Amino acid sequence: MTESQSPPAKEVWITGIGIVSSLGEGLDAHWDALNQKRINVDDKRFAPYIVHPLAPVSFDAQIPKKGDQRQMEAWQRIGTYAAGLALDSAGIKGNAEILGRTDMIVAAGGGERDIAVDMAILNAAAQGNSSPGFLNERLMNDLRPTLFLAQLSNLLAGNIAIVHGVCGTSRTFMGEEAASIDAARIALARIESGQSDIALVGAAHNGERADLLILFEFGDFNLKDKFSPVWERKENSGFALGSAGCFLVMESREHAEARGAKPYARLTKVVADLAQRNQPGAVTRSLEAMWPQLGVASDDIGLITGATGVEPVTSEEKAFLGQHPGFAVRTTGTTFGHTLETQFPLGLALAALSISRGALFPPNDPTGLEVEKLAAPAQIVVLGAGHWQGEGMALVEAVK
Amino acid sequence: MAAPRDNLGRPIVVVTGMGIVTSLGAGKSDNWAKLTAGESGIKTVTRFPIDGLKSTMAGAIDFVTIEPFSSTGLSERLAEMVTKEAIEQSGIGSKGNFPGPLFLAVAPVETEWPQRLEVSRTIDKKEEMTYFDMLRVCGGGKFAEYHHRFMFGSVANYLARTFGTKGSPISLSTACASGATSIQLGVEAIRRGEANAALCVATDGSVNPEAIVRFSLLSALSTQNDPPQAASKPFSKNRDGFVMAEGAGALVLESYDSAIARGAPILGVVAGCGELTDSFHRTRSSPDGKPIIGCMRKTLADAGMTPEQIDHINAHGTATPENDKMEYLTTAAVFGEHAQKIPVSSNKSMVGHTISAAGAVEAIISLLTLEHQRIPPTINYDIPDPAIPFNVVGNKARDARVTAVMSNSFGFGGQNASLILTREPA
Repeated sequence: MTESQSPPAKEVWITGIGIVSSLGEGLDAHWDALNQKRINVDDKRFAPYIVHPLAPVSFDAQIPKKGDQRQMEAWQRIGTYAAGLALDSAGIKGNAEILGRTDMIVAAGGGERDIAVDMAILNAAAQGNSSPGFLNERLMNDLRPTLFLAQLSNLLAGNIAIVHGVCGTSRTFMGEEAASIDAARIALARIESGQSDIALVGAAHNGERADLLILFEFGDFNLKDKFSPVWERKENSGFALGSAGCFLVMESREHAEARGAKPYARLTKVVADLAQRNQPGAVTRSLEAMWPQLGVASDDIGLITGATGVEPVTSEEKAFLGQHPGFAVRTTGTTFGHTLETQFPLGLALAALSISRGALFPPNDPTGLEVEKLAAPAQIVVLGAGHWQGEGMALVEAVK
Repeated sequence: MAAPRDNLGRPIVVVTGMGIVTSLGAGKSDNWAKLTAGESGIKTVTRFPIDGLKSTMAGAIDFVTIEPFSSTGLSERLAEMVTKEAIEQSGIGSKGNFPGPLFLAVAPVETEWPQRLEVSRTIDKKEEMTYFDMLRVCGGGKFAEYHHRFMFGSVANYLARTFGTKGSPISLSTACASGATSIQLGVEAIRRGEANAALCVATDGSVNPEAIVRFSLLSALSTQNDPPQAASKPFSKNRDGFVMAEGAGALVLESYDSAIARGAPILGVVAGCGELTDSFHRTRSSPDGKPIIGCMRKTLADAGMTPEQIDHINAHGTATPENDKMEYLTTAAVFGEHAQKIPVSSNKSMVGHTISAAGAVEAIISLLTLEHQRIPPTINYDIPDPAIPFNVVGNKARDARVTAVMSNSFGFGGQNASLILTREPA
């Protein structure tokens, strides 16, 4: 029955990393900011809500045509920019032969609405303007014809293809935080099995959006009034939306070695789950069930989490962490804010960066949950538990 | 006995259950009867006022009602209907316990106008409202259900819980190729040996004013509103765009091994999948057609087949001026002289363009074509476009020997995906 078993899984390397965020752009800027424990929040623009605004970026550097920039909304520009940084970092930017067969999995939400148009329509409606064709006529007259393309989820991938020429397969996963956990999981599985040699995987998020604040305010998820680190939010729970783009180039070891590419780290395992969150403790149990699947020998390990600061999921995650006192926890939500689909790739990127720099960046947490860890990390776990659904973990390791 | 593997040594992926809903009706029998009778599901929109719209018809599914209405809610209900039909036919697992992962093609989700208006009505203010006024009233639990409703993962979350699929459900969008991508992801998971079965679902309930306006502003929709059932004219000289439509399709994919072991019905084989991205433009294909040509060739190679072995093409056939011309040119490049002999048909002439669902809906119709050895027609084919000399199955269904169907899907953002479906394992 099993005479033709699948060949052994290929080793997968992370050979390119691109990050742009509230802390700046590129690996050095992020490494310095993390070591200086720098945090960039804006508590005025959307007060009482707090956001982590994108640092000033010259988009021309990665998106040279102004026409391309105009066709995109901010989230697409952020993502296309970060994707370009990742391709540069992997040394494949402009390499048409490789890019033409590079597979892409993008985790995406949707684009920003035209808030002026929305409010004009709502105000006109409030003033009693409710003729049958009112909404149709306003939308026909007021919407920019190409705005739709800047809002469509799969058009971040489309823009990356147009601007950078990444033209193998192109898949866009949706579903908030879980979308990028699955993007990493599927990319890893495809490369391990030989279905793909090289892939660009990542996400982008514009956190400076009134329409998103409304969406999350429906569920009372926004952090209000005063910024505090994620582990200090029990009494004032919530997330501060953050702007960030993060992409990774992943490839099989043999593909990387054949082209002389150096790895930042190895991606060994990605697991994901959909806990039944209507049951208290389900997230803790889900994380406990996933942990042994990573095959890590000891708890004495770095762990980068995308914990959101919303409840009850943050407390459930904390209960899992409490079972493993050896973990040196780092929390991207405190530093970068909550970047939804981008949080998990950001965790993978910082894990790979830490391994390549021979150190885990320092804690940034007054509660003491995060502890110092001075030894060079050989393995770092990345954890994601979405604000309303979806859990996952990955293991990033030094290449042997 | 030979190992149940394909020419590349991978597990063979078969279909053991299918469910479909379109503007023609719910379920395989009803759809098949109407498709082969050449009926149209396109009607003048009655769900909301059409004043001020350039395109006033759609393949809306009005025989399924949900309260309160939202496009995402309708997408969810349609997906649930087709999944139930597919799992029942397949007989796989047990109630609420599907033994594999879920891959769901679904339209991007956002807060919709009825809900936005509802929130704004709770603002007590004489002067002009701003978004900050909206922000001040939307929290506190009054609209808590709208958070879940308008999360991108909400439909998949519901399906995963209802049908008990395993692991983290994947929601995906590759625009008009989404349905094909959901099948491709399922095929890949089974070929990797990760799963013996996968549930691939694609759904779209997006006929709402803003969606119509968006496609209208991109000049993508037909404006031949009267009579509505004649608007969608794939491959005709007087075609002028697609007609928006709603629908859903679900397929239970299984390894051949697993299907045989449990004595499941084998409805067909997903013999090949292919995909190649076009980087030319956000909405237009590269003028040389190379990405589409490459996509079709990759699909043939994946199936280990030659163009001569394909005896029917279920075309993307949107009826936009550019798509149909490009589809002919690329097909001709791949199939050579054979391109003018293969019977080609576009289901979109009857059911409209079900956008995110189209790839799955059309894969199911392709499998029904294989089962019945009868090709549904391309209706409204009265003025053939001489620039598209396809062997179009025009206006009347055609009996034919069909052993392998290529089903194509092309979407905004340079998305190209093709599938090859066969009756029996090669």
